[in-house]
Amino acid sequence: MTETGWTTLQFRVNGVAREVEVDPEMPILWVLRDVLGLTGTKYGCGQALCGACSVHLDDHVIRSCCTPVRRAQGRSITTIEGLSEDGSHPLQRAWVELGVPQCGYCQAGQIMTAAALLRQRPQPTDEQIEQSLAGNLCRCGTYTRIRAAVKRAAGL
Amino acid sequence: MNGRIAALNEIRLGRRPFLAGLGVAAGGLAGGLSLEAGDAFAAAPGSPSFSPNVFVHIAPDGEVTLVCHRSEMGQGVRSSLPVLLADELGADMARVKISQADGDAVYGDQNTDGSSSIRGHYDSTRRIAATARSMLVNAAAKRWGVKPESLVARHHRVEHAASGRSMGFGELVALAQREPIPKPETVRLRPDVELEHVGKELPHLDAKAFVTGAAPFGADVRVPGMLVAVIARPPVVGGRVLGFDREAALAVRGVRHVVQLPEPKKPYVFQSWGGVAVIADDTWAALKGRAALAVRWEHGENASYDSEKYRDTLKASARAPGTALRQLGDAPAALATAARTVEAEYYLPHLPHAPMEPPVALAHVAGGRCEVWAATQNPQAARREAARALGMDEKDVTVHVTFLGGGFGRKSKADFVSEAVLLSREVNAPVRVQWTREDDVRHDYYHTVSQQRLVAGLGADGKLVAWHHRSAFPPIGSLFGSAPRPTAGDFQQGVLDLALDVPNVLSEACEAPAHVRIGWLRSVYNIFHSFASNCFIDEIAHARGADPRAVMLEVFGPARRIATPDELGVKELRNYGGSLTEYPVDVGRLRGVVERVTEISGWSQREKKGRSLGLAAHRSFHSYVAVVASVAQAPNGKLAVDEAWVAIDAGKILNPDRVRAQMEGSVIFGMSLAFHGAITMREGATVQSNFRDYRLVRIGDAPRAIHVHIEPSDELSGGAGEPGVPPVAPAIANAVFALTGKRVRDLPLNLAFDV
Repeated sequence: MTETGWTTLQFRVNGVAREVEVDPEMPILWVLRDVLGLTGTKYGCGQALCGACSVHLDDHVIRSCCTPVRRAQGRSITTIEGLSEDGSHPLQRAWVELGVPQCGYCQAGQIMTAAALLRQRPQPTDEQIEQSLAGNLCRCGTYTRIRAAVKRAAGL
Repeated sequence: MNGRIAALNEIRLGRRPFLAGLGVAAGGLAGGLSLEAGDAFAAAPGSPSFSPNVFVHIAPDGEVTLVCHRSEMGQGVRSSLPVLLADELGADMARVKISQADGDAVYGDQNTDGSSSIRGHYDSTRRIAATARSMLVNAAAKRWGVKPESLVARHHRVEHAASGRSMGFGELVALAQREPIPKPETVRLRPDVELEHVGKELPHLDAKAFVTGAAPFGADVRVPGMLVAVIARPPVVGGRVLGFDREAALAVRGVRHVVQLPEPKKPYVFQSWGGVAVIADDTWAALKGRAALAVRWEHGENASYDSEKYRDTLKASARAPGTALRQLGDAPAALATAARTVEAEYYLPHLPHAPMEPPVALAHVAGGRCEVWAATQNPQAARREAARALGMDEKDVTVHVTFLGGGFGRKSKADFVSEAVLLSREVNAPVRVQWTREDDVRHDYYHTVSQQRLVAGLGADGKLVAWHHRSAFPPIGSLFGSAPRPTAGDFQQGVLDLALDVPNVLSEACEAPAHVRIGWLRSVYNIFHSFASNCFIDEIAHARGADPRAVMLEVFGPARRIATPDELGVKELRNYGGSLTEYPVDVGRLRGVVERVTEISGWSQREKKGRSLGLAAHRSFHSYVAVVASVAQAPNGKLAVDEAWVAIDAGKILNPDRVRAQMEGSVIFGMSLAFHGAITMREGATVQSNFRDYRLVRIGDAPRAIHVHIEPSDELSGGAGEPGVPPVAPAIANAVFALTGKRVRDLPLNLAFDV
């Protein structure tokens, strides 16, 4: 650790090994966006209230705006850029087919949250979808299509 | 050396790279094109591409680049206007690229506001494309020695059916360049039946970029050497900095500069708000630096503003006579002699915009030039404000438009651009100003607060003989220094244009000084005018023991086209920028959406166990929308909208799926303001700060189904982004009354109910 508290951390992002020298308290969101240049993950509230910053830490959805990067040490982060090679994840396809996005800003967070849900519950009920996505705000109001797209991706 | 800047992506947006590719000289663009004036824009000599105007560019390989000059903020304009260009041109969408225009008057009006992208640009868009098409056709006709009328342009080719000959658009580039450019008003438009895409189910062209994280929003732009600024702004409008701890902020690793911004002068318009900026290598360092600033403020003249107390001021104002802006017959006399009267007062609070992406802009001021990348709804205003703030000529300012993570009117103001350009000049580096959510909620240009009083006079038969409406709210004009009273321009939104089959009408504007910055929010004054008039009609119906639908149709009156101000009892009607002759108050269309929505929602069985339906209808932005909301109460007492129906008549529809999406979104937007929406001020400062205390509807609160019916119509196109919002909250409030017997006249509903 340096005198200002910075430290060197190693973790994987979308399968690629990364090493950063940063303030270990810096939220993963800003490490992804400002340090690594992965801007698909969005800032919306900084307080884990809106879900725009949702990414996977190992297999769990986290709000990256409130998760200090020290918690990523030795672990694996997946962002929207790494969900699929080419936008072909069933959720991404369903989102396009059903024209879910309006402004698009919250959708990476919605999809990352839904992806973790489908891994746990491949055939979720409406209630499970709502529970899982309760932390993801969409100001444009695409919720009915989000619900439909999660079900389509699940083959329901 | 942390190597972090070098690791950043570089994203270039806007016209410059694309122009370089086309070989069009930037100087040519500055020459100026006014489509309205029927001018045209010739490609620079020697250009390999065919560019008959700034919107259409065809490369020799056949690739067509179409320019979208309106900002994309979720309404789907990039999947709509360019499709109309392509359709009129005869281009194959698979070979079309869409380029986002910079802020420049050569494109005409770019202010993406007022639901005007389609309704204001439908005809001109077609003419722009038809100009290019006619030149391609004329070129082919000359080549083949045939009449232009014998040719058709479709599927990216010009074809001569008689001889079976055809040439691709790319092959025609060199020939078309030599054709004279016809005046747009003289070109022939295709018959509508030839349009292959318009009105059909169109793909959402940007959807894939959104779901892969590839779409660049305001905060996603990176340029080398860029710094990030966050700003501590005065908590109260008109407040100023007394002092701050510069050294503490500079002690944070990564913080490069601490800069005090100039204090804004009245009227505030789009100036920066003032305060102290902390500028750092990254956002986190800037945030930590700001937290260390410990700014001391002088709060200034608005420090005593208390929204609860102000409510009494507004109430008193709406109980006293105001400026009469609509008069038919003699409403006071008719009320005095009416068999009975019904009266009610309605209060709606301030609202924030809260787009998911808070305001953000990146600016680089260097070498006598200024380059801006911003999530702006109004790039020309941003350009003007940047030039004004810097004392530069507009021609030296370039504004690139990114995707907007929501706008709702917030991003039509250029204050955040003003901040970015001032800071970039100050520190001599590219600076991105990042607003936090707290900044956004606390320093918004708020939707105004309103108090309304309505009195209806009923005859012995129950029919309305008089309608008296007073509305008090600080107008948006206050931002620009106007008098503290709504104008006829403000009252056009749901008061002056309200369809009333009532002989005596009086509408008055009442005084209301502003103590915060007031701005446009999606559908603006229609939000509370529609709430009051629709709830009031419902109240009259219940007072009469009649079906609200029947009373609504009776109040609107028979189908007719109100096409003169006289018939409305007004001196003039701004009418959303359209003439009353072209865009009358069409009561038949208003009735039509009411009839449709009550049919598809099963209105005749509106009281089912556990749920009740509520109805509202409103004309705005040249469109007609009616909503039925079904409200249910859970065993724990919580109210919810479990289903909603929307019928919209927006005239000719370009992209039906995006219109449906706007209606779905409007229901959610209207639910948020009906259930939770309130910004309050104490000691001049905003009480709320984030989504914890400014709540929005979440997925579990959303109706399981929102049914949208689009009325088929050949009328001139109306708006779609805003008109869905005004009827939503009153439909909910009316359903709540039907369900609970409790009349809600003050929003939000969470003041009276568990929601």
